[in-house]
Amino acid sequence: MKTCFIHSAICISAQETFYNNDFLKEASEVTTEFASAIHPVYKDYIPPAAIRRMAPGVKMGVVAAKQSLNEANINIPEAIIVGTGMGCIEDSEKFLNALIDNDEEFLAPTSFIQSTHNTVGAQIALGLQCKAYNMTYVHGAVSFESGLLDAQLLIQTSEAKTVLVGGVDELGKEFSVFFNKIEKQQPQGIQVPFGEGAGFFGMSSEKAGAFAILKDVQVFETVSVADITSKLKAFLTNNGLLFQDIDAILMGENGDAYDVYYHEMQASVFLKTPQISYKKVSGEFYTASVFGFWAGCHLLKRQEIPKILLKNSIEKKNYQHVLLYNQYKGKEHSFTLLSRC
Amino acid sequence: METLRQELKENIIEQLNLEDFTVDDIADDDRLFGDGLGLDSIDALELIVMLDKNYGIKLTDPKEGKEIFVSIAVLAEYIATHRTK
Repeated sequence: MKTCFIHSAICISAQETFYNNDFLKEASEVTTEFASAIHPVYKDYIPPAAIRRMAPGVKMGVVAAKQSLNEANINIPEAIIVGTGMGCIEDSEKFLNALIDNDEEFLAPTSFIQSTHNTVGAQIALGLQCKAYNMTYVHGAVSFESGLLDAQLLIQTSEAKTVLVGGVDELGKEFSVFFNKIEKQQPQGIQVPFGEGAGFFGMSSEKAGAFAILKDVQVFETVSVADITSKLKAFLTNNGLLFQDIDAILMGENGDAYDVYYHEMQASVFLKTPQISYKKVSGEFYTASVFGFWAGCHLLKRQEIPKILLKNSIEKKNYQHVLLYNQYKGKEHSFTLLSRC
Repeated sequence: METLRQELKENIIEQLNLEDFTVDDIADDDRLFGDGLGLDSIDALELIVMLDKNYGIKLTDPKEGKEIFVSIAVLAEYIATHRTK
């Protein structure tokens, strides 16, 4: 089986992660109600005729994808894979509101056409004139990880030499407001702002130019707090690793009651491991783990952990294996294992 | 007629997200499709919906669109003659 090498990691987020190359040195916790993305100048990357119909999520996805392909030196990938939790929620809101306002008449086509979840993948392909495998995964908080799994399988089985894989979600205008209202009513709801962002990664079976390896991905719908550590142990064993082999753990803590899953590991098997918590700077959204994956990639590339992300005071000189663990409301768990090349 | 032309320009800019255009950028005789504003087939659908919603004009024959959507001047003329609201 071939190895899945990572050649590029590009992220548009609530932090200056697109233009700024300092790996979150100037990042800060998001204290506003929403973690809105810091948008690049899209006109530098997308033709004006195409850009005018694109909602923020599509623009973020297309530009992050384009930049990722550039950095990975991939002209046309053999597969384009996108994960998204809410798809193009802004156009969905627009279309559905028009449906109600106009008494189901006078439905303008643009927002409907652009509201489908696979719009980002389609626009990337259209921009590249790429007719290769094109797949969009929509599965809550494991949307991106489902895409990663697909990318890994395509490369491992030699079905594709080069794969562009990413995740994207946009805030929209109304869904995010409803989301906040619901969370505020919870006894211990999510404590980080609702956010948005896009991350894309160029992967290939070629090692030259790569800085990390996607070793393994596992997703599972439910597991009890008591069983999470043994589940992880089995995952690591399957990859020939022990808990102490993990040099940094990136966890998707968002401050809600379900953070006990993370605390369980932090206080036991990863007590002496650098612990990273990223959603305070990225915000929470269904594909927020893309930010964690991007941070994990750059951690391995640069061999450093940004201070803003470090939860404990433990650091290492060498980072060989990085583990990402994310879950949402006690469901949609994912383990992602990255290793240095 | 001048008011209608102005209204059409404003609506087209808003409906079709022509972010780089202002009303002053669109001359009454500029071609809407092709070399002029560069509108495309999806925009034509948007314009058909706009005619129905704002002016009560239902275009059933797509060929009609080609003749009507030539320019703001031609479109305004057609609307003034056929509008039901």
